[in-house]
Amino acid sequence: MSYDNELYQQVILDHNRKPKNFHAIENASHSCQGINPLCGDDITVYLNVDEEAGKIDEVSFQGSGCAISKASTSMMTTFLKGKSVDEARLIKDEFHKMILGEMDPEKEVHHLGKLTLFMGIREFPSRTKCASLAWHTLVGALDKKFEGISTE
Amino acid sequence: MTEPNTSVAANILDIEKIRKDFPILSQMVRGKPLIYLDNAATTHKPHSVIERVRKFESEEYGTVRRGAYKLSENSTQLYEEVRQKVADFLGAEKKGEIVFTSGTTQSINLVAHSFGKRFINEGDEIIISNIEHHANIVPWQVLCQERGAILKVIPVNDDGELMMEEYEKLLSSKTRMVAVNHISNALGTINPIKEITQKAHAVGAKVLIDGAQSTPHLKVDVQDIGCDFYTFSGHKMYAPSGIGGVYGRMEVWEEMPPYVTGGDMIMQVTLEKTTYAKPPARFEAGTPPITQVIGLGAAIDYLNEVGLDKIADYEHYLLEYGTRLFKDIEGVRIIGNARSKASIISFYVDAAHPHDVVTLLDQDGISCRGGHHCAQPTMIRFGVPATTRASVAFYNKPEELDALAESIKKCIRFFSADD
Repeated sequence: MSYDNELYQQVILDHNRKPKNFHAIENASHSCQGINPLCGDDITVYLNVDEEAGKIDEVSFQGSGCAISKASTSMMTTFLKGKSVDEARLIKDEFHKMILGEMDPEKEVHHLGKLTLFMGIREFPSRTKCASLAWHTLVGALDKKFEGISTE
Repeated sequence: MTEPNTSVAANILDIEKIRKDFPILSQMVRGKPLIYLDNAATTHKPHSVIERVRKFESEEYGTVRRGAYKLSENSTQLYEEVRQKVADFLGAEKKGEIVFTSGTTQSINLVAHSFGKRFINEGDEIIISNIEHHANIVPWQVLCQERGAILKVIPVNDDGELMMEEYEKLLSSKTRMVAVNHISNALGTINPIKEITQKAHAVGAKVLIDGAQSTPHLKVDVQDIGCDFYTFSGHKMYAPSGIGGVYGRMEVWEEMPPYVTGGDMIMQVTLEKTTYAKPPARFEAGTPPITQVIGLGAAIDYLNEVGLDKIADYEHYLLEYGTRLFKDIEGVRIIGNARSKASIISFYVDAAHPHDVVTLLDQDGISCRGGHHCAQPTMIRFGVPATTRASVAFYNKPEELDALAESIKKCIRFFSADD
């Protein structure tokens, strides 16, 4: 009954079932809608950023999508709370390289912590956009892309 | 669980013999036998098509319609023979009514641009349906925006059938074009295209039928339907990708200006002025995909040999078989239950998103499509973000649908665990 793959790990399934920070933030300082047109994943990421300190005070999301996109966004929100904007951008780059197979977290220095759980997605090229949508949307919010972002 | 009544299936087609014709079907995927159920997206090629393409490329290839030497003359003859084959396959009156394109998308764009340029003006109306592929929505939307025309949409009922009484209300003297599919790629609905055509003609409108899903599954007769255009894609009917075409009634073609311009579509060119060739050449600028056309011819030969009537009967058997299986699975909802339906089963699994479903099905060697099937308005109509779709061809077996049903149950258990 189990599957021989590293994609749907228990933690990912748990975050899919009970996503963390799954609500809107009223009067958020930053927000952005992200769409994956191929899948129909549709999320909105909300942030409250302390501009002076350059720190993410609060982060949450809402929306619908597959288990991978939902879990990835949920784990991103728990991971980023309290981190600096610069750190968030760096982690986004590292995460992206990891899921594309361009960076091996087992051999290279990184700041991904438990986000390395998503490493298995390297083996599923058609699903990488599901995992990266959250992060693209985060950057869209930080860059104040009011028109939203799309993975295509 | 229903036992596959293989004797019924075997009475229609010798399935094991047919499967041997398709080399790709015998491979393993992730250590399991490939179960290919994404035939509405694209189909695999029988050995006869692969071999015909190989032989043509290695022994017969030449440019068409321009070289005064043996290879080119021979190539041109073979190329034009396929045009005749397509005309016969679709029941066209004249060979010249068939224009080769890269496929249905280009075919519809051709008609929308060319017909639109000549015949669509401000305030005119174009009718499509709620269950069209994006390829039969976007070209008309763009045309309407450019010409100030109005796009109207035939609604569908909860079973995914066009509401014909609503269609009749949309028709008027302003209607210039009705463009609907023969078979919905997302739901499998077979639309009453003859009736649609008759009603459109009664108000003086032209009719385009998107036949991308129908040509591989049932016998088409464009003269009996009476439509003005009928489009198809080779790669959905066991031919190579990159080739397809559109049938058009000659008197309509003759009134239409070129879409793509350049070599081969001209009568005469001076630096000041160009006169255009007659159809179909007028609509085939540039060197066509010659090899793909030859492959298309071989695919039509193959379909004729197996027999479209038998194919339709066998696929209908599989449709009923699969539908019964899926109806028995708790937490699975079939989207699209038209009374007249082709072998496409679109369904929604409550426990998991379609993309997660297809990833897990793939772990069991099963290729299914999960997504909106380039038919987002259809998904919106049925209130789902996407569906999982099993689209069956005549090389599929009832046992493969059993395996799919088991794999879906396993997927549901996986996503429901610990709830």
